[in-house]
Amino acid sequence: MVDAAISDVRELSTPAKRTGMRRMLQRKSSIAFLMTLPLILLIGLLVLYPAFYAVHLATLNKSMQRFVGLSNFTFLFNRETFWMVVRQSCIFALTAVIFKALIGFVVAHFVHNVPANKQRRWRGILLIPWVIPPAMSTLAWLWLFDPSYSAFNWILVHLGLSPVAWTGDAYWARFSVILINVWFGAPFFLIMYLAALKSVPDQLYEAAQIDGANWWQRIWFVTLPMMRNIIAITVLFSTIVTFANFDIVQVLTAGGPIDKTHVFATWAFRLGIQGGDIPLGASVSLFMFPILAVCAIFILRDIRRRGNEAS
Amino acid sequence: MTAATVVMDKSAPTRPRYGSMSRDRRWALRWSYFFLVLFAIFFLTPPLYMFITSLKTSAEISAATNPWWVYHPSLTNYIELLTSSTYIIFFRNSAIVSIFVVCITMIISVPAAFALARMKFWGSAVLATGVFLTYLIPDTLLFIPLFKMFAVFNEWTDIQLINKWWVLLIVYPTLTVPFCTWIMIGYFASIPKELDEAALMDGANYRQILFKIFIPVALPGLIAATIFAFTVSWAQFLYPLAFTTSPDQLVLPVGIITTLIKGDVFNWGQIMTGALLGAAPPLIIYAFLMDYYIAGLTAGATKG
Repeated sequence: MVDAAISDVRELSTPAKRTGMRRMLQRKSSIAFLMTLPLILLIGLLVLYPAFYAVHLATLNKSMQRFVGLSNFTFLFNRETFWMVVRQSCIFALTAVIFKALIGFVVAHFVHNVPANKQRRWRGILLIPWVIPPAMSTLAWLWLFDPSYSAFNWILVHLGLSPVAWTGDAYWARFSVILINVWFGAPFFLIMYLAALKSVPDQLYEAAQIDGANWWQRIWFVTLPMMRNIIAITVLFSTIVTFANFDIVQVLTAGGPIDKTHVFATWAFRLGIQGGDIPLGASVSLFMFPILAVCAIFILRDIRRRGNEAS
Repeated sequence: MTAATVVMDKSAPTRPRYGSMSRDRRWALRWSYFFLVLFAIFFLTPPLYMFITSLKTSAEISAATNPWWVYHPSLTNYIELLTSSTYIIFFRNSAIVSIFVVCITMIISVPAAFALARMKFWGSAVLATGVFLTYLIPDTLLFIPLFKMFAVFNEWTDIQLINKWWVLLIVYPTLTVPFCTWIMIGYFASIPKELDEAALMDGANYRQILFKIFIPVALPGLIAATIFAFTVSWAQFLYPLAFTTSPDQLVLPVGIITTLIKGDVFNWGQIMTGALLGAAPPLIIYAFLMDYYIAGLTAGATKG
């Protein structure tokens, strides 16, 4: 009797427990879904939807009432300015990223050489360009490059050299824009590479030294392989950010002289917002997409691989 | 093997080799300092020049004396700017926008990161990667469609979004939320599972686990994410330039560039003062919370 009652209770309780568990699991996933809902809405409405909307906009005519297919693109292909912008964007992004990575790598080694208790201070000083909002620091550069009061030209003249038209001459303007981008972005690489350098075990260097490796071999066979991942991901990140750069070019030259320093972002702004031709601006900005997609694929592959290594 | 070690031990002239190594190292250190000083000069020239110019009067600037030295330092630029109502409005707009954006970002990204890191559900892994990918979509790709969307929204509902400072509260989170969620996922995932299992055993619900365990334990990550959200929204330039135009709606970076630069008369003393004061909040935060700042910077690429 008692046994039966107990078994009854057991029989009753186990399925009840199971459904309770299932309900809890269901509740768990629905709570989780609710917690991520704002994030999903934000990304869906304000990132993904506009991205596809840009494709739609690019197929409309200027007054946005008529579907014109690809004629915005053919119009762009026939304009010399467009190809100039393509070339300048690529030169700008590639040169800037290469120099940022090089300077970051070299300076990271210098900081790494310094005694540990002084590294913090140097790191703190060298990261300052990254902390200042780029629109503000570019203003300082604009003033340093001022046509009539340039502080750099003052030094050049006192050294007996001829002054330089930093923002007036097309080639110097391109150089200046890249210089500012390198100045702004190199500290980011420096910090990333410094963190990576610290994670390389000292034993590897000691072993290399015992084997008689010189400093170049130590860098080539120990440092670079150990830092490969972090170098790849910072370069990809920076390529995306540099390719999509707007602030520096807009503040320093606004695309001038005669559109010679326009990159995709500033030209899209000029055409789309200032010129009022939204479809054409959208078409221009869409040209950033292929390079971003390529970088994103590489980054994704890296994340996957690291996820596999971790597990 | 042993013979080799014995030979190595016996090859007594190790001392000069050690000596040369330490000499090498001393030279490496000297060269490091030398180049570090050079690079520090390169990196610090613009902010220092901002400061130098901000202390000059217009008369001294136009006299074209040595630009790298202040002969008659004066604070008139600072006084003029801090008493001018337009500059105060820019500063206030920037502060309000940044603080609100930080709050919105945290409210959206902390629960989402918790759910994605701990409560596995259908599609959560894909969503986590997707969040990271949206961080890679730049603002320069989105500002034109967003501009048009807000115009259409205005036609439909009669709510004016363009040229109001609070439109920035809608668009800035798209820049901050993905990255903050991503680094919070990393921090939350590094918390040992035993901790929340023990709490579940004790009968805690998810809200209690989040607020009593995860947020306190991952506080450094939370601070890093907050700093990131603040600096990004303080420095953002493209969206306010595209979406706001009237002077009372502008935030600091756009305000300085559009109103202080009047035609061809560049009042450089004031522009530099405005830029320096505008750069001050991120710099102050950085000065006091440098380690958190750097942790947030490196977390994005090393975590996950």
